[in-house]
Amino acid sequence: MAKNGVARTNPVTASATISIGLIGNPNTGKTSLFNALTGLRHKVANYPGVTVEKKTGTFALGDGRKAEITDLPGLYSLNPKSSDEKIAVDALHGRLPSVEPLQAVVVVVDAGNLARNLFLVSQVLELNLPVVLALNMMDEIEKRGLTIDVGVLSERLGLPVVPIVARRRVGIDSLKDRLNEVLGQSRIPRYTAVEQAGKDLLDIMLPLREHLARQENFPSETAAMAAAIHQISTRVQPAPWEREEAGHPHFGPNEEILEKCRALLEGREVDWQGLETTLRYNWIDQILTGVIGEEEDAKLSPTEMADKLLTHRLAGPLIFLFVFGLIFQSIFSWAEMPMDFIEGGVAWTGEQAGSLIPPGMLHDLVVDGIIAGVGSVLVFLPQILLLFFFLALLEDSGYLARSAFMMDRLMRGIGLSGRAVIPLLSSFACAIPGIMATRTIPNWRERLVTIMIAPLMSCSARLPVYALMIAAFIPQVTFLGIFSLSGFVLLGMYLLGTLGAVTVAFIAQKLRNRRHPRPLSTFIMELPPYRRPSLRWAGVQVLDRARIFITQAGQIILAMSIVLWALAYFPRAEQNGEKAVPQLGQSYAGQIGKAIEPVIEPLGFDWKMGVALVTSFAAREVAVSTMATMYNVEEGEGETVSLRQAMRNDRDPITGKPIYTPLVAVAVMVFFVFACQCMSTVAIVKRETNSWLWPVLMIIYMTSLAYLLAFITYQGGRLLGFE
Amino acid sequence: MKNLKNLISLDLLKKGEKAVVRGFGKSAAGRIQLMELGLMSGTPLRLVKSAPLGDPLEIAFRGFHLSIRKDDARAVLVEKVAER
Repeated sequence: MAKNGVARTNPVTASATISIGLIGNPNTGKTSLFNALTGLRHKVANYPGVTVEKKTGTFALGDGRKAEITDLPGLYSLNPKSSDEKIAVDALHGRLPSVEPLQAVVVVVDAGNLARNLFLVSQVLELNLPVVLALNMMDEIEKRGLTIDVGVLSERLGLPVVPIVARRRVGIDSLKDRLNEVLGQSRIPRYTAVEQAGKDLLDIMLPLREHLARQENFPSETAAMAAAIHQISTRVQPAPWEREEAGHPHFGPNEEILEKCRALLEGREVDWQGLETTLRYNWIDQILTGVIGEEEDAKLSPTEMADKLLTHRLAGPLIFLFVFGLIFQSIFSWAEMPMDFIEGGVAWTGEQAGSLIPPGMLHDLVVDGIIAGVGSVLVFLPQILLLFFFLALLEDSGYLARSAFMMDRLMRGIGLSGRAVIPLLSSFACAIPGIMATRTIPNWRERLVTIMIAPLMSCSARLPVYALMIAAFIPQVTFLGIFSLSGFVLLGMYLLGTLGAVTVAFIAQKLRNRRHPRPLSTFIMELPPYRRPSLRWAGVQVLDRARIFITQAGQIILAMSIVLWALAYFPRAEQNGEKAVPQLGQSYAGQIGKAIEPVIEPLGFDWKMGVALVTSFAAREVAVSTMATMYNVEEGEGETVSLRQAMRNDRDPITGKPIYTPLVAVAVMVFFVFACQCMSTVAIVKRETNSWLWPVLMIIYMTSLAYLLAFITYQGGRLLGFE
Repeated sequence: MKNLKNLISLDLLKKGEKAVVRGFGKSAAGRIQLMELGLMSGTPLRLVKSAPLGDPLEIAFRGFHLSIRKDDARAVLVEKVAER
């Protein structure tokens, strides 16, 4: 990649768009600042080839020039530990083709946490890019009775420092002005952390620096030396799994030179393991001397007071369950009205389109294929968006980190961490937001396992299927006056899915460990102070998610809707004759249902259920309307009642025995617990893993599980004497 | 590291106890990450609490709070600070 050792320059041209990078530690309000700078003028996409989200926006600089700002993934250090962090580092180094070489960097720091935040700043300074430091959350500083000498800080760092309150958009104009200034200025040489080492030690490390500079294009000599110091401090023999990890440095060291440097340092009684961090924190301590008053941590912060209750041994988990119960309750009750509205809207659109287009194939394609198909997914949008809204509030308030903290121990047994809890719980409402929420999991393997098991949590689209089967076939029996058998069966289905997810994760962990023995992922996670969540931020999050779902998953959903429609539409039934042949029965979907009947017969399913399995790939609840069509039940108010009757009365023409029994109904439900009957899930997994491999694997493993367990249920039940 | 006797691993601290970091054990997987966050030799810290199921731990240092598993904490050597 590197042609020679010449440092990259950052020409500030008068061209129309200035490329700016936004970087900072997690929990510093980076996204708030991004929103404050750009308003709603931003777009969200993926970086090509990876699953890291790319967020860019534009704003006008003071002199009218247009700036494009890229919100880079949050990180604590420029030594990347995940693919997200590597993206940020590569963008800063100008080696990311999808991001224009940066002409300036805005580093956001939490004013209340300066020392830790300056670690990243010390590294950014070595990149030789114009930098503006945004000192965020100044209001919290004032509340704590602290002061920061911004002038001295700015002078010592050699760059403009702008106090801001991103959330209330305080100081944003001033930040833009400072940006304008640094863009025009030539760079001032700064005293960096590397120079803390002193000439003696730097000379020892010079051979390694030169070696690295021959392999890699560094923006400055200081940056090359920083890389050398970093390798001396942290470099270990790479384990086999390490090469795969996205965060691994892609330039190889010379072990010989490295060891020689270490030996020489040891000769001077230098602890080379802590060299980099020691140098940087020494530098930070010097910078901060007299800038910020020492804070007494004798008195408990409001956050710690709140945590006395919120992460309390007993109260903590109870509150957690209560919060999630409340969220689910609101999702189902609040979503009802907009869902009815969308249903009505879809029906109305179908009618309007139907009256515009003359009867024929095009008419049916548009009305029954596209509008009805996409509509069956669109109906869940209110639930999905509400869940996103609540998740954004939880994340923003700091409670998300606490729930991960509390639940980590539970998840560790199956090779996951506390961070997987929220995505998995969300999937009880809908797997789409659950899968998209896995972005908070930095470890890729852990994230992938979470994505793969999320659809096993029984989502709300399964409820209509469970409800139909239970109402039609589970006897009305109660125990002790309050517990009904129906309730037990329903609860059993939820538990079964959860148990399945746990088992799959457990097996995935075993498989993985056999191939790559490696230490478990660490769970070093900041517990940020509680902050009042911003409704505006949550709103922006919801809009972004909705846009991604509709545009990116929408294309796949649309295509699948048309295919499923065509399967049910062709070939056309004979319309003449005394008795019209039911269209669905003799269509390709019907033919598939009949063709797979021998395969699904051991599960107790007849061909009509086979057709429902095909059509419900659109979304699980479509199974109910398919069955209604199959039994020629008029859709409308009495639909479910008459469908129940029709299914109960259905008899095998040869034996005269009922086709559906309670045992078959249970087998159907078990099948729906495990089967991947949801094109939206498939589409979103494709989007989130950036590959067709994982969604295809998901369909295969879930369908196999569904078949196997429905088989065991039905055959096992028959052995036990059930019909 | 002279007074090795006084050193204990971080996971042995009790709730509310304060200590100063004195070093890292051999198998410290998260060592680099912890050091970058400012947890290094000489850093004072406080064990805030353990999670409801006993693990992970919550520690506070340099003005912020961190969740760390006992497995990772075991590799951090600390010296207890006597309460005044």
